[in-house]
Amino acid sequence: MRTRNMIKFFGAVIIIVAAFVTLINPLANSIKQGLDLQGGTHIVLEAEDTPDAPVTEDSLSRAVTIVERRINEMGLTEPLVQKEGARRIIVELPGEKNPEKAIETIGKTAVMEFKDESGTTRMTGSDLKTAKEQIDQGHKNVVGIEFTDEGAKKFADLTASNVGHKIGIYLDGELLTNPVVNEPITGGKAVITGSQTLEDAKNLAILLRSGALPVKLKVMEVRTIGPSLGLDSKLKSEKAFAIGILLIMVFLIVIYRMSGIVANIALLVYVLILLGILKYLDATLTLPGIAGVILSMGFAVDANILIFERFKEEVLVGKTLRTSMEAGFRRAFNTILDANVSVMIAAIVLIVMGSGTVKGFAVNLALGLVVSMFTAIVVSRSLLTWFINTGLITNPWFYGLNRKPPEHMLKKGGQK
Amino acid sequence: MSFDIIKHRTWWFILSSVLVLASLISIFINGFNFGIDYTGGTILDMQFNKAVSVSEVRQVIDQSNMDLGNTVIQLTGVTDQDSSTDVMLRMRNLSSDETKAVSEKLSTSLGGAEIKRTESVGAVIGSEVTKNAVTSLAVAFIALAAYISFRFEYKIAISALISIVHDLIMVLGVFSFFHLEIDATFLAAILTVVGYSMNEAVVIFDRVRENTRTHRRTDSYEKLAHDSISQSIHRSIYTLSTVLFACGALHFFGGESTKNFSLVMLIGFISGAYSSICVDTSIWVVWKNHTSNRRGLKSSDDESEEDEEAAETQKG
Repeated sequence: MRTRNMIKFFGAVIIIVAAFVTLINPLANSIKQGLDLQGGTHIVLEAEDTPDAPVTEDSLSRAVTIVERRINEMGLTEPLVQKEGARRIIVELPGEKNPEKAIETIGKTAVMEFKDESGTTRMTGSDLKTAKEQIDQGHKNVVGIEFTDEGAKKFADLTASNVGHKIGIYLDGELLTNPVVNEPITGGKAVITGSQTLEDAKNLAILLRSGALPVKLKVMEVRTIGPSLGLDSKLKSEKAFAIGILLIMVFLIVIYRMSGIVANIALLVYVLILLGILKYLDATLTLPGIAGVILSMGFAVDANILIFERFKEEVLVGKTLRTSMEAGFRRAFNTILDANVSVMIAAIVLIVMGSGTVKGFAVNLALGLVVSMFTAIVVSRSLLTWFINTGLITNPWFYGLNRKPPEHMLKKGGQK
Repeated sequence: MSFDIIKHRTWWFILSSVLVLASLISIFINGFNFGIDYTGGTILDMQFNKAVSVSEVRQVIDQSNMDLGNTVIQLTGVTDQDSSTDVMLRMRNLSSDETKAVSEKLSTSLGGAEIKRTESVGAVIGSEVTKNAVTSLAVAFIALAAYISFRFEYKIAISALISIVHDLIMVLGVFSFFHLEIDATFLAAILTVVGYSMNEAVVIFDRVRENTRTHRRTDSYEKLAHDSISQSIHRSIYTLSTVLFACGALHFFGGESTKNFSLVMLIGFISGAYSSICVDTSIWVVWKNHTSNRRGLKSSDDESEEDEEAAETQKG
């Protein structure tokens, strides 16, 4: 019985500590990091109603697809585009330090029009098949466009009827170029001049290829975090985590001695499970999210503190260590439940009503509460039961008692 | 525990009233320093190659002709009195082109710089955040009041909520007095404080609930509350310590952007522990003494149980 419990206790402790030491770094680093940790740009776009184009679910979805296409064509790494609510689009561009060009390209409505001298629109962007940036013989940056079959016919008509006149090519009502037509163009191809740089030409080509947005988008929010600040935040968070967990552990050992060690082992399990769940959920860890994890460690040991205080009371009444411990766990359970529900209510309100980063914090806090109920009750209870059953230490001082229990009880203490 | 907290309740009421009053006066006079998450605007955080002073930066900004008169310029990082390599500018809401223009102008005029962070928030989003914060708090309060009334009684719920409002006023008072910035994460911190403060109150009133069954009916509310506090005060202090360790580590060693966030919680947790031990039990005792002539919670048993064991089986 004793040996069996010893094997169980020390086996579990060794496995948990070894798992923590080997897994903590790879696990923490494999969780996706938010822009505030790795650097990058976060953009919030809002669709605006215009007389011709009211915002609908369908038009917003199409806008998301077009924005996605534009971003992908710009070749940015691991971008994220998602709808938020009824009229917002969130764009995340990790590693992007100079978002001005990207924002300009993403948010352009990009309605293309070909107009004759009288100002009548003769063709639109939907007549285009493709567009590509090029450098022409005169070393000028241009965008080569190719029309659809129908577009080619329209363009031939337009040029044929306007020889000697100017035609205007407009993007969102802004004149891009207005060349004079020398002869009818029938090949279904043309070039647009006027781009300052090759990059401008490339962005224009992307806009023309991806098509016009069905709604007008307005930039509501732009946040750019430089990579050095992100790294700095990450290192500081790691340090805060290490110092926080160390202080809590030392404190618990000072207050509860052996029981404290058991609570600490349970805390290690807690951290591993919490990070494991975050990884499994494919969650993104942001700075407030890490704060939630660190803070929840402080709350996580609360259940153990409640249990150990009950445990002490029971020993003082004169029960054996074993029955005291069991009574401690049993009697503290209701308290732990009610206490955790109250923090949970606050966390749920934040999850439901909060936005972005705040939500991440609340999710971690709420997850932490549930996981800590498990580790504080199941893990530390098993460990403590096994340890008491080994009979290695029977002096209640090692379980956090500072006052001596009644003399006649001390002899009975710990006996199985 | 020898010190009788309930007996000295007048002192707690006086202390809390003074602190709350001081906080309210500070809020009234100083107002709050709302961040761009609430007001809208642009933040530009730059690191220069050499230390610069506020007036140097101001000069460049004034020359820009971009209507940046209201720009707040602040030295951050390691400062030697009036110059630093790290500068934070808070401006009206600029487009990303304008932001780029300003940062480039600063960089070229003042010997080169790296942009650490830029944030632009439109005014619409700002007002939404504010509205959202107020609703969230209201919802949390109603949900907590309902839960505590259901599990305990409404007098406990109201007493606990009063002490939570007290904690929030304390936090707001400190932020107003020191003119600390209130950003989007502030709400998350505030709600955590609400949760924690309620948690502390629940643990003490859980003892009250239990002691109502085990104490003699002739025992006064004072004795009931006093015994409950003595039985749970170690736990309150220990748990306060562990959350303060976590929070303190975050505040003193964590990243810049979670500094104020953790400060809210440092103040809130300390105030929350104090108020749930000293204030809300006191309010409850006073209230109970005024309204009930007979001690006992609404579901109190007909026979008073003195035996611990009996109480335990009763609890199931």
